[in-house]
Amino acid sequence: MGEFKVHRVRFFDYMPSGIRALAFNQDTERMAVARMDGSVEVFHCSDRFFQEKIIPGREQCGIEGLSWVGERLFSAGLNGGITEYDLTNQKVKYTIDAYGGPIWTITGNQQGTHLAVGCEDGTVKLFEVNEDQIQFERNLDRQKSRIISLSWHPSGSKIAAGMMDMIQVFNVETGHSIHRMLADRGAGTSRSKECVVWSVVYLSDGTIITGDSVGMVKLWDDQTGTLIKSHNVTKCDVLALSVSQNEDSLVAGTSEGIVVQFQFVSMVLEKDDKEWVRTRTFRNHTHDIRAVAEITTAVVSGGMDAQLVVRPLLDKIEVRSAASALRKIHFPHRRLVSCARKSGLMLFQYPGHLELWRLGESEGKGTPGSSLFVKRNPEKLLQLKVKGEDHIRCSAVSPCGGWIVYSTASTLRLYRLHCDNNNISITKISKLPKVLSSANQLCFSSDSSHLFSASAQSSVHIASLSQSGCKFVGTLKPKSGSHQAIHLLAASEDGKWLASANSDHEVHIYNLQTQKAHCTVPVYSSAVTAMGIHPATNCLFMMHADQQMFEYSIEQKQYTDWSRTVQRKGLHRFWVERDTPCLNVMFNPQNPSHVILHDMYMLCIIDQSLPLPDDKTQFYNQLTLKSLTEEQRKSQSHAFKVCKTFKDRPLHLYVCGLSEEVCFIKRLQIVPC
Amino acid sequence: MVEESDVRVVRFGGSKINLRPPIISTDSRFVLCTSGDSVKVYSTRTEEWLHSLQGHTNQVTGIALNPANHLQVYSCSADGTVKLWDFIDGILIKTFIIGYPLFAIYVSEKHEGIVFLHIAMDTDSKKEGFQLVAVHLPKSAEQEVEAKELSAVSSHISPNPSCTAFGREGQYIAFARNLQLNVYFFRKQKTYSFSLKATDKKGAKNAFTCIACHPTDDCIATGHEDGKIRLWRNFIHKKEYTYSTQHWHHNAVNTLCFTPEGTNLLSGGIESVLVQWQYGTGNRKEFLPRLGGSILHVSASSDGQLFCTSHSDNKITVIESSFKVCGVIQGLVKGDAVLTDLMIDPRSKALVLNGKPGHLQFYSLLRDKHLYNLDIVQQEYIYEAGLDQFEVVKAAFDIKGYWLATVEERGQKSADLEFFLKLWSYDERTQSFVLNTTITAAHTDRIISMCFSSSEETTMLVTIAEDGQFKAWCQGVDADTKQDQNFWSCDFVGSYHNLKPTNCSFSADSSLLAVSFQEVITIWSPDTWELLTTLCQPPGVIRDLCFGRLSCSKYLISTTTRNLLCCWNLLTCALEWSTSVEVSKLQSDPLSENVAAFSYQSKHTDLFVFKPNEPRPLFTHKNVCSEKIHRAVFVPREEPLNNCDESSQWLNRSQLYFLTQNMDLLTFSTATEEDRMLSSSTRLVIDDSVAVTPFYLLLGKHRQQQQKLNTPSHQAADRPQQPQGSVTITELLHTPAHVLPPASVLCSMFVSSLLISNTGVLQDPLRKEMESSEQEMNSEKEEEDSEGEMEACDSQQELRVQGSVDEVTPKLSKAQERELKRVRKTDFSWMAGLIASKP
Repeated sequence: MGEFKVHRVRFFDYMPSGIRALAFNQDTERMAVARMDGSVEVFHCSDRFFQEKIIPGREQCGIEGLSWVGERLFSAGLNGGITEYDLTNQKVKYTIDAYGGPIWTITGNQQGTHLAVGCEDGTVKLFEVNEDQIQFERNLDRQKSRIISLSWHPSGSKIAAGMMDMIQVFNVETGHSIHRMLADRGAGTSRSKECVVWSVVYLSDGTIITGDSVGMVKLWDDQTGTLIKSHNVTKCDVLALSVSQNEDSLVAGTSEGIVVQFQFVSMVLEKDDKEWVRTRTFRNHTHDIRAVAEITTAVVSGGMDAQLVVRPLLDKIEVRSAASALRKIHFPHRRLVSCARKSGLMLFQYPGHLELWRLGESEGKGTPGSSLFVKRNPEKLLQLKVKGEDHIRCSAVSPCGGWIVYSTASTLRLYRLHCDNNNISITKISKLPKVLSSANQLCFSSDSSHLFSASAQSSVHIASLSQSGCKFVGTLKPKSGSHQAIHLLAASEDGKWLASANSDHEVHIYNLQTQKAHCTVPVYSSAVTAMGIHPATNCLFMMHADQQMFEYSIEQKQYTDWSRTVQRKGLHRFWVERDTPCLNVMFNPQNPSHVILHDMYMLCIIDQSLPLPDDKTQFYNQLTLKSLTEEQRKSQSHAFKVCKTFKDRPLHLYVCGLSEEVCFIKRLQIVPC
Repeated sequence: MVEESDVRVVRFGGSKINLRPPIISTDSRFVLCTSGDSVKVYSTRTEEWLHSLQGHTNQVTGIALNPANHLQVYSCSADGTVKLWDFIDGILIKTFIIGYPLFAIYVSEKHEGIVFLHIAMDTDSKKEGFQLVAVHLPKSAEQEVEAKELSAVSSHISPNPSCTAFGREGQYIAFARNLQLNVYFFRKQKTYSFSLKATDKKGAKNAFTCIACHPTDDCIATGHEDGKIRLWRNFIHKKEYTYSTQHWHHNAVNTLCFTPEGTNLLSGGIESVLVQWQYGTGNRKEFLPRLGGSILHVSASSDGQLFCTSHSDNKITVIESSFKVCGVIQGLVKGDAVLTDLMIDPRSKALVLNGKPGHLQFYSLLRDKHLYNLDIVQQEYIYEAGLDQFEVVKAAFDIKGYWLATVEERGQKSADLEFFLKLWSYDERTQSFVLNTTITAAHTDRIISMCFSSSEETTMLVTIAEDGQFKAWCQGVDADTKQDQNFWSCDFVGSYHNLKPTNCSFSADSSLLAVSFQEVITIWSPDTWELLTTLCQPPGVIRDLCFGRLSCSKYLISTTTRNLLCCWNLLTCALEWSTSVEVSKLQSDPLSENVAAFSYQSKHTDLFVFKPNEPRPLFTHKNVCSEKIHRAVFVPREEPLNNCDESSQWLNRSQLYFLTQNMDLLTFSTATEEDRMLSSSTRLVIDDSVAVTPFYLLLGKHRQQQQKLNTPSHQAADRPQQPQGSVTITELLHTPAHVLPPASVLCSMFVSSLLISNTGVLQDPLRKEMESSEQEMNSEKEEEDSEGEMEACDSQQELRVQGSVDEVTPKLSKAQERELKRVRKTDFSWMAGLIASKP
């Protein structure tokens, strides 16, 4: 595998924030996730739940509800505003105030014409969805208590609203309440506590299903306004409900961390008198579940433990494959750490601040596997708090360690870092070119002389950096294609090439000398999760969400022979079945045939000179290889060398930076709220 | 070969009653369960054994109520027949010969005339391949019918019969095997299979252990090895089936049963807690704990008022639907091993052996009833694996049944052995055994065997132990205490060349004691403790010793480990005869000269019965069973048989029971005995209103006599009294004894019920006419039926005619008589209406 000096970095205390709301778009197969810190993420459900888009949140912006209207995404929160997102450029489009106090819930009708929000003051407000804006239409009858949950009847003519101690059904036409159904309070001491109807679902057959703080899932008839059946699911709250598209299955998330499935099955086979029956129970969460969504083939749930759990429903899946496995998504599919390779600095990106650390130093060289004496402990050099309310979208530190740059939704800031032994000082570069107002992704050239900033319309701005300041050099624009935001940038070691990847899976390569588009890599169906340009051969190595890998020769504008061999022979089953995407592509400067990849749980070195494994060979063969002699090892070894443990403990990798001969391994703490 | 047809091995008495789920009859009055070669009928209220359905020649392996007639029951047996019984009268109605050993039976209302049976696969039985077949029972008037119309429903099903169940209205049948659940729909003739993973991540065992189907919904409940219960729904889809999981049992779920309405699900397992799950409401459940042994089966009566659980300690518990135990039917308790010999209590003629841990159980084989447990150890038994606790290992009765000696032992496995010798005397007042003497260090090492002297005057106990000594214990007046009570003390200690004794035996008249030391038999005189002689026939250590009885009392029989059976003549002190046979158990009949020897050779056991005076066996029975037999006993009969057949003569006075290694209590029965039993079972005439208990038979007989006396003179007056009287008697019989009022109250009630009231006389003629008209109608129907039954019909009429002889002039012909009745019937039908309306 090669010998590396390993730093154990245990001081990146990144804490993902809890999931508050989920919204699934059936047509585009996208899952929108709202977190407690106000950020909104979009996952692509059919592309192995890759996190396509991240819209960072703001301070004091608690999102309470999310709703898709067509391909537009709206959110509403306790600050009383309704927000629409610009998903192309991954930012907030506009926010309008609903003037009803904090908003507890937002939901759009199936026709895509109206949005309904439930407010603290007891009103249900209807908004008309126009071409480019939404417009307040009217209020439904005002109630005495706050509206906690809302659900449209699929026809769009009625709305069920969950409140404190009751459920109201409104006629949308007249705005009047049709039925008022009282939810029972709990027995005993909890009788004095109000029953909160946390969630409500309105089915097309007129059944209203509610989940409340008493722990009951209740079924009501909207014709008579009576209770049909109630299921006691838990002793504590039922916080979220979601019904499947064809209304034969319902999932309920509870504050005990369990998801309960109900199914609409016929009690007597081949007859139509169906009943809702409690069937399966999923226990994948450790804390409260705040949101559930039943998508075509799986149940997605998220909650206070900040993980998004995708639990496949095996009865809905045609072919069992890696795509249908249970997956838990803990961390963003983005690099939150950048490192200055030459000076041993690491920049950690938190939602509201940046931290710069200097890695420790050690003496001499040890034998492989031994730990070295630490001469100097790692040291936190800098904590940089963001100005304003917006959270950081992206950040970078230059390879020389002299520059730090970050961008929020509204501003981009560049700092010059002076580092003389123990004296650290930074100066903000005040006069930035106007085009560098905001960036989707940032990257320095390998000699730290240029800054690349990805911005709107899939364009990349180049700015040259010097002691005096920052000067705009030019803009790289793709010849054609979509205008989706760029989420990955890769500059070549020799400063000649730049590659950019956007959310439409397009990879453009630019010639930096001519500042022209060089070529476009053929578009693959799965998103690019990581890429890197080989320092020696200038080949672009790309990893995709479906775990496929491609190597593209920039100079010859075609896939390399090795890449074609990989595609022809196919990858090993175990490799394809991994459920987390690769987050980084690096190259071993000692051995040009080594490509280093990593995802959340493993580090892999691909030796391009060795034969590829086929499905019969043992994939994880590091231990067996160790026990073999030198000659046997040669015949047994294959291109994939996977490492899942370090010092007998499971890896929790987040980032590996590479500087000369040092590979940084990062251990992340997972601390639920 | 002649003998085998005449005398055969049967399971009779003390059999397992927990092999298959018990059935409660539709009127909840009877519990039926399989018991050895017969089906037993118990009363649910009194827990009394009423009668058994005898007729199978091998283990009965399944019973099921006839869905077409709830008074009939099907039973299947390993002898390859299905029999249909009237279980109230105990009459065999029909026998269907299938021809393969059967292991379970299922019936369904939808499939009339079809029974579903488990049979072993024809190809090879070793692979545990079982088949589920549907058998059309041919409709024919004959008693014995061959049913050859077999159609396989499924091959490869689980050998466990609780893994098969019929679904709603018999539309489908669900059966599970290992990790696969199959549902076969009869109409579509299609099987759906669902399988579970072998283990999930938490190491749970998912194998199916039992199945129950909901009576009205399409819902299948399955129990699993890890204690989970799954409720399956929507199982007509290959993929969209669904199930919910509930978990309470910590170990395998042994049984599941839905109540007839389907509102509750009952489950039971090793915890011996009956759990009732409310259907459809998730987790609401009720518990009935501490039921005894682990629950093997649960069944519910058709009205849902009674539940029955059968337990691993051979017990059936009757439980009311309010979750209250209302009855316990206890069979012969058979633990993992019987350490004591099989013995007969001379007083009660009950079989005595290990029962509950630390107890001796007294079991009446004649009435097939558990009598009582005698607590020997008198210490709390802790139900936990791996604990070393006291266990009764030896017991012996003296000849009159006045004394009982027991040995309890702890630490068989470890080095520090602890044992007590206890002597119990029979207390006439309390009718049970009372501890008389406890001897803590009777010997320095384990007691191997003990026996009482058989003389009537003095009782003496001889124990032999591994320390090389034999001790004689006598009851003597203790000089120090000077009390009336007599305690036991050591009288004599004997040994022979420091050899280890192996067995001891008293002669029939107690004048001689034989103690075997390894290869040597020593004969002692118990009066003087003088060594009279030694007998030796090497090689081989002596295993069993037994003196001849009655005319053969001069003989001593011994068996050795080297396959030698020797008969010594004690008068000549010489070997009379010897033969080479491997004898595992030698047992002499106390009532005759006969000696039974079980010999184990080439993986099966043979029985030889012989008289000591001639080396020729009286009776041989090859291949009694496939296991070695170490326990056997002769049980004296209540009344001797008078078989003249030479081969079965030895069974005239007593019956030979023996215990196999997998705890089956078997015996031999003769053809004449069986015939008698069959005839007696059909002879029973049952009054429908009263369960047939011994008490009833006694009382009923008495009443019949009374009736006979009354008939000529008071016949008219007798009629109305009967229902009233029977109500009182029923009440008397069916109320548990402890809640009955004092006898003085009962007596007056009983007497008043026998008095004739005035109104009764008034009603009397009317009632009689109504009855006669009913009879008339019945007979008319019968006439329509067929000519063949005409004779039976006639004879019945003759009986009736005799009954009403003083009203109708005897000279009338049958036709005239009928005519007269018809006239009267028309007369009184409207008259009855008038009279009823007037007052």
